[in-house]
Amino acid sequence: MIGALSRFATLMAGDAQADRVVPPTGFTAHLTLFSAAVMTFLAVFALALSLATGRLAERWSSELARSSTLRISAPVEQIAEQTQAALRVLNTTEGVASARALTAEEQRALLAPWFGPDVPVEDLPIPQLIEIIEDAKGYDAAGLRLRLQAEVPGAVLDDHTRWRRPLVRAASRLRMLGLVSILMIGAAMAAMITLAAQAALAANAQVIAVLRLVGARDIYISNAFVRRFTLRALAGAGAGMVLGALAILLLPAAQDEGGFLTGLGFQGWHWLWPLVLPPAAGAVAFVATRNAAQRSLRSMP
Amino acid sequence: MIELENVAYNYGGGELLSDVTLKVAPGSFHFLTGPSGSGKTTLLKLCYAALIPTSGHATLFDRDVREMDRDGIALARRRIGVVHQDCQFLDHLSIAENVALPLVVSGRDALAEQANLKDLLSWVGLSQRANALPPELSGGERQRAALARAVIMSPDVILADEPTGNVDWDMSQRLLTLLVELNRMGKTVMVATHDLGLIRAAKSQVQARVLRIAARRVQLAGADL
Repeated sequence: MIGALSRFATLMAGDAQADRVVPPTGFTAHLTLFSAAVMTFLAVFALALSLATGRLAERWSSELARSSTLRISAPVEQIAEQTQAALRVLNTTEGVASARALTAEEQRALLAPWFGPDVPVEDLPIPQLIEIIEDAKGYDAAGLRLRLQAEVPGAVLDDHTRWRRPLVRAASRLRMLGLVSILMIGAAMAAMITLAAQAALAANAQVIAVLRLVGARDIYISNAFVRRFTLRALAGAGAGMVLGALAILLLPAAQDEGGFLTGLGFQGWHWLWPLVLPPAAGAVAFVATRNAAQRSLRSMP
Repeated sequence: MIELENVAYNYGGGELLSDVTLKVAPGSFHFLTGPSGSGKTTLLKLCYAALIPTSGHATLFDRDVREMDRDGIALARRRIGVVHQDCQFLDHLSIAENVALPLVVSGRDALAEQANLKDLLSWVGLSQRANALPPELSGGERQRAALARAVIMSPDVILADEPTGNVDWDMSQRLLTLLVELNRMGKTVMVATHDLGLIRAAKSQVQARVLRIAARRVQLAGADL
């Protein structure tokens, strides 16, 4: 591993004499720079999407996994009595860490997105909500439902399972999609750099023939191309990363009203993740060019 | 040094060379002659492993070329200087850089060998053209530069394929003199040419063995040369 890194470092450090041997190659240089920049720009977004959905999945699964809601739907004059009865049942239920009735302000806040901030909750026949927090072991939902059915006829237990799981699954899949996108972007970049390297090798067939004639080993010839293409990909990816990070910075900040979409971006040390992309692009270019060069050289005398 | 034993080479379904047996001894001078298309270039390419025999054995420096990997062939070529009729230069490099190319690709410091390079350019009469690009040179200058490149590594063998094909008679004589000088320095030289006048002119300067390719086979040429 150390030997391979040392060889890589030596290759990247370069050799001024060897660098002059391969002539500058116009359009393949621009193609490599451009494709590395664009692909890294897109990879920054895919990375941001992946990290944001990862955070979302984590939040949904951790925040909602331990909580459930009891809804008391009863005539207005019976609401308080049934609420107290439900709280008594819950406080004596094994696996329930705490249970509390939501205040009028909290219920108003829940309804605010639909009815505005000044909705008179007290005057509306809306159900009372009780928030239940489970302990580590959790409670037996079926057993609790039976007890509530007997003692609080207007109570409906919602343990969030029905809608939490699909949401967490969707968030996890979005995260996976982000990661797959990064891999596909890497593969597309590898394909483009391979094409550019093959074009450069084909355009320089005469140069390679002369080098072979005067005793150049394949590794010497391939290194000359690999170094050039790796440095170009690194430079392009560096520019793409900076532009991508700037674009992410310009996105609106996370706000409660905006929900998920405004949370797309990096938070805290996650801003370091884009720095991984240029070396990764360089590594992709290194492998792609080396393979292309070795294949091309093997077909030459 | 270079040995071909019952070598045949086929290309595109046709046999270009057949049953060639040849032993190139160290310090010898060979002319290889025959009409255009007779297989002189093919035979020279077999001698520096640019082609691998279809059958038979080709041996370079006591190693069968079939047993050599690509690196082995590259290393063997550092001991063989090749001069092509079309010279084959890197057009974006100066003549001095082209001549120094074998040093660069073998990992030797061309800057440290500047004195050697200058001497060599002076020997072939190109001191004043060192910084010129290959397309700016005349045919004769290109041939002399190719010869300088072929000998800069002080190879054991020099193979020249029609080195006088694109130059006038005076330049042919000058190139021939350079090749003879190299042979006197102990280098093994093989020159492929269809120019019988050049071979006759060489006879007064060097003891050369003349081989003729006819009907896909190599024969020792007779006293008619």
